[in-house]
Amino acid sequence: MKIAVCIKQVPDTWSEKRLSPSDATLDRAAAEGVLNELDEYAIEEALRLKEGHGGEVTVVTMGPERAADTIRKALSMGADAGLHLCDEALHGSDACATSDALARILAGRGFDLVIFGCESTDARMSVIPAMVAERLDWPQATFAAEVQVAAGVLTVRRQTEAGVDTVTANLPAVVSVVEKINEPRYPSFKGIMAAKKKPVETLSLADTGIEAATVGLAAAWSAVTDFAARPPRAQGEIMSDDGDGGRRIADYLVTNRLI
Amino acid sequence: MATILVLADHTAGTVTKATTEVLTLARRLGSPTAVALGPGAQAAADTLVQFGADDVLIAPEEELLTWLVTPKVAALQAAAALTAPSAILLASTAEGKEIAGRLAVRLGSGVITDAVDVAADLTATQSVFGGDTTVHSRVTRGTAIITVRPNAVTAESSPGAGRLADLAVVLTDADRRVRIVEHADAVTAGRPDLAEARIVVSGGRGVGSAEGFTVIERLADTLGAAVGASRAATDAGWYPHQYQVGQTGKTVSPQVYIASGISGAIQHRAGMQTSKVIIVVNKDPEAPIFELADLGIVGDLFTVVPQLTEEVERRRG
Ligand SMILES: Cc1cc2nc3c(=O)[nH]c(=O)nc-3n(C[C@H](O)[C@H](O)[C@H](O)COP(=O)(O)OP(=O)(O)OC[C@H]3O[C@@H](n4cnc5c(N)ncnc54)[C@H](O)[C@@H]3O)c2cc1C
Ligand SMILES: Nc1ncnc2c1ncn2[C@@H]1O[C@H](COP(=O)(O)O)[C@@H](O)[C@H]1O
Repeated sequence: MKIAVCIKQVPDTWSEKRLSPSDATLDRAAAEGVLNELDEYAIEEALRLKEGHGGEVTVVTMGPERAADTIRKALSMGADAGLHLCDEALHGSDACATSDALARILAGRGFDLVIFGCESTDARMSVIPAMVAERLDWPQATFAAEVQVAAGVLTVRRQTEAGVDTVTANLPAVVSVVEKINEPRYPSFKGIMAAKKKPVETLSLADTGIEAATVGLAAAWSAVTDFAARPPRAQGEIMSDDGDGGRRIADYLVTNRLI
Repeated sequence: MATILVLADHTAGTVTKATTEVLTLARRLGSPTAVALGPGAQAAADTLVQFGADDVLIAPEEELLTWLVTPKVAALQAAAALTAPSAILLASTAEGKEIAGRLAVRLGSGVITDAVDVAADLTATQSVFGGDTTVHSRVTRGTAIITVRPNAVTAESSPGAGRLADLAVVLTDADRRVRIVEHADAVTAGRPDLAEARIVVSGGRGVGSAEGFTVIERLADTLGAAVGASRAATDAGWYPHQYQVGQTGKTVSPQVYIASGISGAIQHRAGMQTSKVIIVVNKDPEAPIFELADLGIVGDLFTVVPQLTEEVERRRG
């Protein structure tokens, strides 16, 4: 089975995220970039499917030069190859352009399955997997808490706030995973060494046939008009429980007319 | 007046609260046309009109519910062709966002997710980075497709004109690719909905076991609150997944959030830090959740929480 995993570099979860005053895009230079946590689950699921069915796992990312670090991490976990779409012109691309670019580099490479995380921690849109599926004209079985493949048929246990669905589709298909699906492995020392020799193909826009005028901030189909940071929360009163902690909370709730 | 298309979310005719909120918002932007699909669509129409639908387009075919996501995209596409709306609004659920994304591709339109408000000129307000930043944005191409975060708008009933019409939805083979072979609704425990509750009482790994959660539930029931849980608690199987609060669970913004035995990992904070008042009970004075606390008690939740429950009961007489 030929599996692609779409991964994204995002600002470190613990870092303070902010928009750049100049163009209202996420200030990626302000924080250390890490592999989107949910995408680790996507990589893990791909590796498990490969272990069960044989095949090859290619990780795919669209992002600036330093996003190559996320490909290295995936390769050291055990993925076989990387594909990096990297072009200045892509800066500020919205979901429409991102899904278009990803679909174009995924199409025609013979993948049976493309696995995504169900959400990026920075954009938090949860739309890219469905939009890529639409563009590829493939079925989507998203928010997977369990994935099975047998005889070219994909079965997914889909877990959302609406409940749990079991869905089936024929391959090729798009899957996105929730964090309940598995426990991602850590890269081993051997894996880290091996990753250095694995192939990573870097593509520019020209290689993909995407016109620069259709991507990036200026071509986005939605635009930020303005933004403002919320004032930070001031810490309140912290006290240790001297046998009356519960009563203190009750006092607070009553005094502030919260109950 | 401009048409605002709204996808109605309903189960066998029972319309979700999120949909009544979206309709309430749609009324401020133009004339709402609701799209109701599948068996029960006719029954759903009553509620849709009550919350402001001037028109309801109905496609009752069962088949629309047997395939995942795509039939709903096709239905909205058909409704958009019919009504040339100025905006299409959906509830910001997992499915709502996917429908919006696919529809954006089909219509060549921009999409905005998780709006907490939409102004008359279709400028959407979003609260991003766990509530740290408020952003205003607009769709600049095609029809504005916007998903609205549940519980961000207060639903108010105000009947619309209520014209009902049939909607013809033609599914292509591409719409019939992902079959839903089984569906189980998320079970509710008779408490207020987590995303909608005025007070949320949450427990984490510190609660220690499924039985431990009775302490949390008792406080919740005394306060008329919803119960939430950290991922550590849902992963351990002590509490069902649908009650998980955080990045990969629900985003809540209640008047009061009471966190017991929760350390305050960034992924948990992402789902609760816009709560108006945050109260923390934790044994460890270094727990990062205290940074968010309006009132924090460093202590054992198994003594503090039951005492709080008793105290509230006593004061109520
Ligand atoms: C991709 C991804 C997504 C995630 N999504 C979410 C999410 O949506 N929601 C979420 O919550 N987490 C999420 N997490 C997990 C998150 O990182 C933390 O692991 C989790 O929130 C920890 O839960 P906890 O605070 O209950 O447990 P812990 O961090 O173990 O904290 C338990 C706390 O309980 C205290 N305690 C113990 N006993 C007592 C007692 N008797 N009385 C009082 N205090 C006590 C301890 O001092 C400690 O502070 C996610 C992680 C990843 C990687
Ligand atoms: N620039 C990108 N490159 C590769 N994959 C991406 C990119 N952006 C998003 N994704 C994938 O899409 C998923 C959902 O992202 P989002 O829709 O932004 O919440 C992520 O978990 C990734 O798997």
